[in-house]
Amino acid sequence: MMNFDYVRPATVAEAVAAASEKGATYLASGTNLLDLMKGGVCHPRRLVDVTRLPGLDRVEYLADGGVRIGALVRNADLAHDAEFARAFPSVAEALLSGASAQLRNAATVGGNVLQRTRCAYFYDAPSACNKRWPGAGCDARHGENRLHAVLGWSEACIATHPSDFCVPLVALDAVVEIEGRNGRREVALEALHRLPGDTPERETSLERGDLIVALRLPAEARGFAAHARYIKVRERTSYAFAVVSAAASLRIEQGTIREARLALGGVAAKPWRARAAEQVLAGVAPDVAGFRTAARIALADAKPSGDNAFKIELAQRIVVRALTLATAGTPERVPALPASPFSSVSGSAA
Amino acid sequence: MNFSISLTVNGVRREIELDDPRVTLLDLLRERLDLTGTKKGCDRGQCGACTVLIEGRRINSCLTLAVSQDGADILTIEGIARGDQLHPVQAAFIAHDGFQCGFCTPGQVMSAIGLITEGQAGDDPERVREGMSGNLCRCGAYAGITEAVLEAQKTLANSDQRRSA
Repeated sequence: MMNFDYVRPATVAEAVAAASEKGATYLASGTNLLDLMKGGVCHPRRLVDVTRLPGLDRVEYLADGGVRIGALVRNADLAHDAEFARAFPSVAEALLSGASAQLRNAATVGGNVLQRTRCAYFYDAPSACNKRWPGAGCDARHGENRLHAVLGWSEACIATHPSDFCVPLVALDAVVEIEGRNGRREVALEALHRLPGDTPERETSLERGDLIVALRLPAEARGFAAHARYIKVRERTSYAFAVVSAAASLRIEQGTIREARLALGGVAAKPWRARAAEQVLAGVAPDVAGFRTAARIALADAKPSGDNAFKIELAQRIVVRALTLATAGTPERVPALPASPFSSVSGSAA
Repeated sequence: MNFSISLTVNGVRREIELDDPRVTLLDLLRERLDLTGTKKGCDRGQCGACTVLIEGRRINSCLTLAVSQDGADILTIEGIARGDQLHPVQAAFIAHDGFQCGFCTPGQVMSAIGLITEGQAGDDPERVREGMSGNLCRCGAYAGITEAVLEAQKTLANSDQRRSA
């Protein structure tokens, strides 16, 4: 690990000023950043420790029915906040399906949104990677790439975004509050992450010095609480990133889907909202034939980026499974194996 | 540049001068405070051997900078027994053969204490296994570990009841 300057500002304004210098990076819990620094992937010259900034570690229930999650709220605390889990169960399930209990105790929600891809070539300093070294090439493109992107990828980069949390968030229209050099602004989470194109090194729309201070979910997101699931296929049952995942949320009234929300994880460089699929689900009765149509539409633009054509079929099956389980109803409690398609909760046999 | 931090480690307050901000909490415990019970397995947050409790919560000490933990209350494997009397989780690991080589055991024990404190697993072995998935055991003592955690949880719940009765 290369040496760095360490500063611990007392206010958000001081933090933004300290992080606006070239080579500076924010440090929250560090569960991803320190790993990247140890691997020689990231070498910031200055770490701006934001963990003591006041007021960013609260979950606030807003008068309009929405919720504001401070950027320093720990993943585990949000998932176990009873009111939050009741109102936004697919988000709680996604959180509990990610990483390990130790990491969830440390990791912050702001850091989760900004975690880097788990592409092995990005992590392996000697490999060519356009993210680490723009113009160097992409060793993943013709390498071991069975877990890489099938949507929105480019010849420059086929990496995926690893977050579980972001998948239901993007389905539920989450908004990101950002404090930057020019004051505060808001960005839809869906617009925060960028697809790689020719500039995969630019992963988000954030500018130098920008600090995520909160995430917000609108009141409408509560309308899906009765039928919301996050389902994730992994290479082992627990403590693994998604091969493919899906967040499905339905508002069902009198046997008809009034509104559907659907997003996929593990398939692209960003959490992937499937709006066209949502549209075909609205106004129809929930049934497997309709779910299959929606799944086909969700993956219509998918193409393999290597040895991963199986993910296109798998993603469709996971979409159907997530919609089926969401229709069966949100479990009273997050299942023992969160987000697992093999979990023994009611409805899982469907 | 030097950094002065203070930590409470196993109930003892320590004033520490760091000459380098790169020191992880794990390396501080092992190399500078001579608390080598906490193990360095992968050093990348994947194995759980370095698990300690910070403010009562289990975390991977390899993935946090010591300087960032200034002021924290830290509990390591060295701080859980009372003299010669083992912590109930330690006793349960012995009773149920919850280890073979023992390298992962300090992390397993600290993680189990964290899990029991979190109170989410109850008496469901599936929830215990899921809750302990951040701790790898290359010897494969998982069956014994699960039984040990379930029993320790019962022991601790009973002693809590006795105390509150």
